[in-house]
Amino acid sequence: MKVKALTGNEAVAEAMRQINPDVVAAYPITPQTELMHKFTEFVADGLVDTEMILVESEHSALSATVGASAAGARAMTATSSQGLALMWEILYIAAGLRLPIVMAVINRALSAPINIHGDHSDTMGARDSGWIQIFSENSQEAYDNTIIAVRIAEHPEILLPVMVTMDGFIISHTMERVEVLDDEVVKSFIGEYNPKYKLLDVKNPVTFGPLDLQDYYFEHKRAQAEAMENAYKLIREIDEEYYKISGRKYAYVEPYEIDDAETVLISLGSTAGTIKDVVDELRLRGMKVGALKIRVYRPFPRDEVKEYLSNASVVGVMDRSIAFGSVCGPVCLDVKAVLQGTKMANLPVVNYIYGLGGRDISPKDIEKIFFELEKVKITGEVPNLPRYVGVRGEEDYVGEKKGFKIKN
Amino acid sequence: MANLKELSQREVKFTAGHRACAGCLPAVALRQVTLSVNYPCVVGFATGCMEVVSTIFPYTAWKVPYIHVAFENVAAVMSGVESAYKALKKKGKIDEEIKIIAFGGDGGTYDIGFQALSGMAERGHDVLYICYNNEAYMNTGIQRSSATPFAAQTSTTPVGAVEFGKKQFPKDLTQIMAAHGIPYVAQASVHNWKDLNMKVEKALSIKGPKFINILAPCTLGWRYPAEKGIEIAKLAVETCVWPLYEVENGKYKINYKPREKKPVVEWLKLQGRFSHLFKPENQHLIDEIQKEVDRRWTRLLELAGA
Repeated sequence: MKVKALTGNEAVAEAMRQINPDVVAAYPITPQTELMHKFTEFVADGLVDTEMILVESEHSALSATVGASAAGARAMTATSSQGLALMWEILYIAAGLRLPIVMAVINRALSAPINIHGDHSDTMGARDSGWIQIFSENSQEAYDNTIIAVRIAEHPEILLPVMVTMDGFIISHTMERVEVLDDEVVKSFIGEYNPKYKLLDVKNPVTFGPLDLQDYYFEHKRAQAEAMENAYKLIREIDEEYYKISGRKYAYVEPYEIDDAETVLISLGSTAGTIKDVVDELRLRGMKVGALKIRVYRPFPRDEVKEYLSNASVVGVMDRSIAFGSVCGPVCLDVKAVLQGTKMANLPVVNYIYGLGGRDISPKDIEKIFFELEKVKITGEVPNLPRYVGVRGEEDYVGEKKGFKIKN
Repeated sequence: MANLKELSQREVKFTAGHRACAGCLPAVALRQVTLSVNYPCVVGFATGCMEVVSTIFPYTAWKVPYIHVAFENVAAVMSGVESAYKALKKKGKIDEEIKIIAFGGDGGTYDIGFQALSGMAERGHDVLYICYNNEAYMNTGIQRSSATPFAAQTSTTPVGAVEFGKKQFPKDLTQIMAAHGIPYVAQASVHNWKDLNMKVEKALSIKGPKFINILAPCTLGWRYPAEKGIEIAKLAVETCVWPLYEVENGKYKINYKPREKKPVVEWLKLQGRFSHLFKPENQHLIDEIQKEVDRRWTRLLELAGA
């Protein structure tokens, strides 16, 4: 084990160096660029055996990764924002073909207006594409999740592609302390990739991607849903194995001061770190607040979310994207869905949309959110629509001007 | 070069029993190309007629490894397959020589797949790309593509009171691929199996990206009786609408020069998609086509120094 100072991008590049994929295809997009700069340096220095394909678009980046994976190679790529949007068509195909591709997504806002900074609009649009999605709070998690993702993707009972995400710039460009495993430890953890079916096994020819009509398509899609269920069951085992080699214990969700918390704030990614700090602060002031970080977002950790909310009196859900025309943000929708039909069906849930286009979310903002949730707990008045945090022109935006007024 | 007897004795890679139309010449092109491949190979397909008819689950006409991903990306997919092949060969996981072959129709090659194809060529992947060109989007119901000839009637360029069919001449993709400076580019036609076989064999003997554009008439889209397809393909060459030529390391070679270049009308008159041109008021359109065919042929002769 070594301790290094790495940005999120460098941490994932370091994980990729140790994974030593057979093929990597990539196209530049901010803020993913630095990751590929670092990785191509490894290629240039002969530190990996990877065949690097520097393609002419993200559509081709994922297409080439799909081809390489189907051929029998361990294949990876990375992207952000518009790049992920351009890959959209192939995201579904990679999942439908059951190819264990690992892709780093450095979260960035979607155009228009064009913006290069971090929010979750890109990944959220792909949340139902059939990819497993793992969110990383910091560089350490981005590194660990990338290595774990290889095992999840390639598990014979899962065989689904995995997106490992981190917040653009906030994590991707922030240097942090990262514990890096020894190369040999990573190598033995991920093992050799030897898929059952591969294009390059010319003695056992297989047809990948046939036309599948009314008589079979549905069964294949049903089986794909089953694979996602298998992932939900099996990721914990792989996390446990990783704990044994790293000493770092990961789960689908990370509860923080939640046991006796009456007010719980749910989040994904880097904001979870800020929330934990605020929880500490408010606990010192005697408030029973806690936090729940969702790490594995797809498959959605339904039982864990239910379990950790079972003692809560009020819940806030942080969404770093908008689900336009929906009743709330995507994370909030999922949380509300798992509470339905349980004894927690009437638990007040308030949705907070924040941080779009890289807008900073400060401890002060989060404190205000907790205060507002306290108010909801007391008054029982729950806003029906999402609250927008820290945005200009929002007349009663959280905590400002009109104090704790709740607008229904 | 394999003779007909040898070809007929080779193990079939693309079998009978697929669901192509009676008289489908793209299917004949596939059969001729795959018979010419005397190596283990991996085949990739862009979405299109031949993809649809050859792999309706749970059946497949492919006795070699096959992959279809999407419409516009076969060149990128096969770039990935080729890179995987290099990586696994380097690691000693594969020892045999395997050829990587991509197929696309004109829609998947000239239009939506053009960027990926250009990228594959520029990066120098060792892939043979075959375009089976039937000059329109036949799979989706005969819509115009950038390979569709001038004045041809298609579902999206119907002939009407004020329209005469497609307003543009086809993109010269073979020339565009030659301009990429790749080691081998050729134009072939499905009627001349010997020339096509020679080109596929030659292409596979060369390392790097190769592109062969095969004219493969479509009985439904071009609107001719199924048995006339080979004759029409031959006439495309005899009229110099579709010259047979190669560009090997930048050097042009015309493989067949008609002793007497036939007027383009000979080719047009057999096809329903051009039937409106034979109204007296449309004679000027036929003249325009002849002029453009002559211009392109003269230019090719210059390039070939012939």
